[in-house]
Amino acid sequence: MTRLSQAFAKGHPALVAFVTAGDPGRFATGPILDALVEGGADVIELGMPFTDPMADGPAIQAANLRSLAAGTTTADILAIAMAFRERHPTVPLVLMGYANPMTRRGADWFAERAKEAGVDGVICVDIPPEEDDSLGPALRGNGIDLIRLATPTTDAERLPTVLEGASGFLYYVSVAGITGKQQAVQASIEEAVARLKAATKLPVAVGFGVRTPDQAAAIARVADGVVVGSAIVELVGQYGKDAAEPVRAYIESLASAIRAARKEMA
Amino acid sequence: MSDPALLSNSYRTQPDDRGHFGQFGGRFVAETLMPLILDLEREYRAAKADPAFAQEFEDLLEHYVGRPSPLYYAERLTAAIRAGSEPGKGAQVWFKRDELNHTGAHKINNCIGQILLARRMGKTRIIAETGAGQHGVATATVCARFGLPCVIYMGAKDVERQQPNVFRMKLLGAEVIPVTSGANTLKDAMNEALRDWVANVHDTFYIIGTAAGPHPYPELVRDFQSVIGKEARAQMLSRIDRLPDLLVAAIGGGSNAIGLFHPFLDDLDVRMLGVEAAGEGLERKHAASLAGGFPGILHGNRTYLLQDDDGQIAEAHSISAGLDYPGIGPEHAWLKEIGRVDYTSATDEEALDAFQLLCRTEGIIPALEPSHAIAAVAKKAREMDENQIILANLCGRGDKDIFTVAEALGVRI
Repeated sequence: MTRLSQAFAKGHPALVAFVTAGDPGRFATGPILDALVEGGADVIELGMPFTDPMADGPAIQAANLRSLAAGTTTADILAIAMAFRERHPTVPLVLMGYANPMTRRGADWFAERAKEAGVDGVICVDIPPEEDDSLGPALRGNGIDLIRLATPTTDAERLPTVLEGASGFLYYVSVAGITGKQQAVQASIEEAVARLKAATKLPVAVGFGVRTPDQAAAIARVADGVVVGSAIVELVGQYGKDAAEPVRAYIESLASAIRAARKEMA
Repeated sequence: MSDPALLSNSYRTQPDDRGHFGQFGGRFVAETLMPLILDLEREYRAAKADPAFAQEFEDLLEHYVGRPSPLYYAERLTAAIRAGSEPGKGAQVWFKRDELNHTGAHKINNCIGQILLARRMGKTRIIAETGAGQHGVATATVCARFGLPCVIYMGAKDVERQQPNVFRMKLLGAEVIPVTSGANTLKDAMNEALRDWVANVHDTFYIIGTAAGPHPYPELVRDFQSVIGKEARAQMLSRIDRLPDLLVAAIGGGSNAIGLFHPFLDDLDVRMLGVEAAGEGLERKHAASLAGGFPGILHGNRTYLLQDDDGQIAEAHSISAGLDYPGIGPEHAWLKEIGRVDYTSATDEEALDAFQLLCRTEGIIPALEPSHAIAAVAKKAREMDENQIILANLCGRGDKDIFTVAEALGVRI
């Protein structure tokens, strides 16, 4: 089993936690990642900052700019990932970001360095299945999953295209929009997750706009994973280099709500 | 008009089925947008095959935009160039007068085409990005003409330096949203338009202003702008019974240039020159993506981008807000790579000189964008023989730029 598949086979839905690498500086991220794990995150998404994060809302845009203003480089991000892997040998780590920073030195270069750093998966916002050959083969050749995204606009006709070659897990973007802005209606999430799970054996994680323990719990009742990003990034924005403690407390509140939700179901 | 047949080795059959021009182009968008751009592609194929669509497009171009635009022999500019050339040198300079279009630039050609597509698709809301404001004005214009609500994203810095165009858009009923993310210029406006689009996929049509973005935009913008080159080719043949030796056009994203070049691509005796903005110089701040950039992925396509070693996008600089973009349309990237089109650049200073030269020799105040092309024309014409012909695209008029030019020349108005 891979680290990712183990994370989705723990008997409770996985809490997937996102934070932007190098925000507010490259030495701040390690302690925040530790806090996410200690607080109960099952999968870590490490955001690669980009100058033009066109799928992101204000919170993550600001985090990208803070990180780049602090001088974060691709080498720094890979170093953060490698250090995380040494401290947490079993927690899956997914890099999330945009195509240009990932492919700048060539897809093979990126995939090889990511493998060396102990990365398990990659989410690339602007590489749809139609452009998979720009990154997918290089990653898979290095044993890294390229996580596919499904959205409210992914209809029955399109879903097979999305699932073809998908691995790791399926990320359901529950809102047609940008990160952190609105939340989806619970009924629409339930309908979508049921549809996706009928079409794939991959675990389905749901994200975009998830903030409160109650929301996380509601999603945990139907999905295999809950993704939280902007709310964490906002805490980092608010507390800066002292963000680890508030982030840990926040993640604990989500993790316990998710675990309780699934127990109710059992 | 005579039109060279599309040969198997034609330069005019790009892009391929996946929207690629060689290694460039493509559909690098978020999954949420994929079904939309696939829909757009289907609808565009259907529109292309529908004579009623072409008829409505051509009717609006004739009676609303004012096409065909004139083809003009710039006799005094030619004489001024010859005065500074070796004997026997100094090519004839001709202009395609797209600055005489309604709204004052070539941008309207594309907006007419795209709003007809939007209507065909049943979309009820239009968004667009704009740099100098020319595309914003053209979009606001067609929205007023067809009674559709219109939101224009414009970098806060551009809002400041292009106030007359901001007011024009507002007069036309558009909502202008100043974008304060990133560097507050065109690329940030495009990011914000993409964020709006992804959140309003069901009712909104995004009118992209240049021959860039995800497939099928580079293709459809080129097709709508190709009216420039088709007219110019026919006008040349009917006026002097020959084709020009050299075509010249300015390039930001590259829509006016591809519109002029594309219908001539298979005329192998016609050379072509695209002129990027060299800003303060290629060693300093500039907007010349082909000269100073590397292939990368941004705003839906793979193309040449100004970027650093980590793939972070650099800020472009040009005195012309319309050329102030760190990328370029993917078809130009391909045409450069295969060597069919040559590319050069002109600095802010050279563009300002050319701007004044055209004002004084021809009584035409050009926009700063085509002033870059005119700068290259003046250089090239001196190297060419008297019996040779250069055709340049005068893609916009300079009313919008008089404040910028005054400031650059140290004049207070």
